Amino acid sequence: MSKQINVALIGNPNTGKTSVFNQLTGLNQKVGNYPGITVEKKEGICKLPRGVKAHILDLPGTYSLNTTSLDESVAVELLLNKNDKDHPDVVVLISDVENLKRNLLLFTQIKDLKIPTILVINMADRMSRKGISLDIALLEQKLNTKIALVSTRKSTGIEHLKELITDYKNLSDASIIDTTVIAPDYFERLRNAFPKEDLYKLWLVITQDVNFMPIKKKAINDASNFTTKSKSELKRLQQKETILRYQFINGILKETYKVDLSTAKGFRATLDKILTHKVFGYLIFFLILLTMFQAIYDWSSYPMDFIDASFASASEWVKNNLPPGAFTDLLAEGILAGIGGIVIFIPQIAFLFLFIALLEESGYMSRVVFLMDRLMRPFGLSGKSVVPLISGTACAIPAVMATRTIENWKERLITILVVPFTTCSARLPVYLIIIALVIPEERFFGLSYQALTLMLLYLIGFGAAILSAMVLNKILKIKSRTFFVIEMPNYKLPLLKNVVYTVWEKTKSFVLGAGKIILAISIVLWFLGSNGYSEKFKNAEEIVTNRINESGLSEFNQSSVNEDLSIYENTLRDSIAQVYNLGPAVISDSLQQHKAILLEKAIHQEISSYKLENSYIGNLGKAIEPAVKPLGYDWKIGIAVLTSFAAREVFVGTLATIYSVGSDQEETIKNRMAAEVNATTKKPLFNLASGISLLLFYAFAMQCMSTLAIVKRETNTWKWPMAQLVFMSLFAYIVALAAYQILK
Amino acid sequence: MSVTVAQLKRGQKGIIKEFAEDILPIKLLELGCLPGNEIELVQVAPLKDPIYINVNGSHIAIRRSVAQKIELDIIDDTNVL
Repeated sequence: MSKQINVALIGNPNTGKTSVFNQLTGLNQKVGNYPGITVEKKEGICKLPRGVKAHILDLPGTYSLNTTSLDESVAVELLLNKNDKDHPDVVVLISDVENLKRNLLLFTQIKDLKIPTILVINMADRMSRKGISLDIALLEQKLNTKIALVSTRKSTGIEHLKELITDYKNLSDASIIDTTVIAPDYFERLRNAFPKEDLYKLWLVITQDVNFMPIKKKAINDASNFTTKSKSELKRLQQKETILRYQFINGILKETYKVDLSTAKGFRATLDKILTHKVFGYLIFFLILLTMFQAIYDWSSYPMDFIDASFASASEWVKNNLPPGAFTDLLAEGILAGIGGIVIFIPQIAFLFLFIALLEESGYMSRVVFLMDRLMRPFGLSGKSVVPLISGTACAIPAVMATRTIENWKERLITILVVPFTTCSARLPVYLIIIALVIPEERFFGLSYQALTLMLLYLIGFGAAILSAMVLNKILKIKSRTFFVIEMPNYKLPLLKNVVYTVWEKTKSFVLGAGKIILAISIVLWFLGSNGYSEKFKNAEEIVTNRINESGLSEFNQSSVNEDLSIYENTLRDSIAQVYNLGPAVISDSLQQHKAILLEKAIHQEISSYKLENSYIGNLGKAIEPAVKPLGYDWKIGIAVLTSFAAREVFVGTLATIYSVGSDQEETIKNRMAAEVNATTKKPLFNLASGISLLLFYAFAMQCMSTLAIVKRETNTWKWPMAQLVFMSLFAYIVALAAYQILK
Repeated sequence: MSVTVAQLKRGQKGIIKEFAEDILPIKLLELGCLPGNEIELVQVAPLKDPIYINVNGSHIAIRRSVAQKIELDIIDDTNVL
């Protein structure tokens, strides 16, 4: 196979670079991280004419090669380092026809690195509407390269671009601007000190803000025969360079670029006026959020229920159709349940990113940032943290993924760290059942106490997020760009293809990236919950059967069996027996059968309850009882709290198993919980004090391994998820402890 | 009259004056905030900050603290809203 052509796509943000990338590679793309850092790396393969293939690398968007962020320095480093395996044979610079002047600044810089550079002028379909005319032939001549006029919206020009890439060897690699004129003496000295190096490349290394390629930079600083300049002198030179480049560009565009200013400018101005209006602006944003929530909470519940049911029946099928044994159990209750726990998040992630992609593509997201920036600033955040923080109210996982739009690393990290405090939908079932148990149903000025408590919990979550952001902003010493500028791109109709790609790619990266960790932890938790070392665990069935034979079922099960039986008997006598004209013998037979089924179910429940009690998790729950007792919990709640680390909503299910309530009916579980008595105080276990303590614990504790997994993926280290786990859980413990001790 | 970008009214335009090199971040210079270029104030956010401008064809939003550093000569008073 012949060697692939290495192509790097580079361009300003909002030029449609991603669209061009999607058009070139189709679904042949791969998204990962650059080794050791959290900058997204997108690459793909493109089939070119005459059987040639190209490896396309989509570099992070940047305005110039004067880097101020990690993302940008990735681009520069790749362009400077000839030995990198991805070092481009040819650069494709994507520009937008309306902002050509600004885009050409980057073009001239890359051209001066002596790499063949194809200029793509995107959004060509807008030219006539915007009154723009271009002399392409003259522009090609002046810029000493080839130009592809492309419209990703209309899918034109891509074939021409592919031709140009295939023939990249015909392109000139000469530089076009002599930078040394900005400081002839300085560059002369540089030349004398490093005769073998390219001056412009040296200049770039010297002026980098971000500490990259430290060795090379150090070599320059250490060179005895060369003294580098002070920071402000360098900055003055950078300014001179920028002016020089703009002069060059202005000169060229004067001859080749004509724009008729009288054509439409009105649409953008009108929309801006409405969308950033002090009343309508917030109102529209609020309505959009409402729709987003509706989708994430409500619409996604249909596919989620379907996924839940499918995995439950798949696991049932495995249990019934495979030979019983450890492997079948592992498959049915460990692996399948674990995969189900990953797949269940897909609808929410897909919906959130559908909305985010639409908002980004249309240009609306920048307006949200503009509207919200001032409000977020006191907390060390900017307008860019708003969407992740708010989406955290649905689920922290997509919210953490959504922080990728924040370029400032410190701000992004803070947002990632505080997002899990916002009340996600998995906390809801726990909140609802405990509120129903411990908060009176009375009303306060027409407002129900229960509703108020729920609202308070949401506010507490949001408050905790914002306050911890403030604290983190003070504590974290991360050098990163503090300067804030947002480009306000033109409004565009979102391209379906780009939206679909974003949703697909985010979902895939969740399933593949965090999925592995989630699966592993669920299997461990399953193992701990279904295995035990003690004799009690091994002989659970025998012990429980003996106990039932001696003293009967537990009180709760006895009464629930009797209740169920009498309901059954009544329906049988009142309706069915009359319709079918059944005799008393048939009725008593049927009753006997039904009773047998109920008893078997009850015995089975008591065995599982006993098994869980004596499993490793059960032992662990008992072991931590001294620790949770001051919070007002017993070992059973302790077990539920422990299993909640798989996912918070498991709390209710675990309690159902422990209390051997065989039903998924929330009402039944609630009644069983209400009947539970604290062994030492002889008062109800779930009272106001322990209930509030539990609510607060769930509000603050980091009990979601899926979030931990995604934070690990997004920060590329275990350090931050572990810090979250320890600090949030510790904080939760202290608050819950204080609440119980005060209210007790 | 000489004012800063932060003092412009909506729709007002001005020409950027010469400024000391290290007061503005290089990013702003690249986006076209260079002496001699024209700035138009497009919108001000509801809480008076950030400020949305059109400079040299680039539509960008900057914070008030930065806008206060960019001095201008106002060129057009007829278009004020």
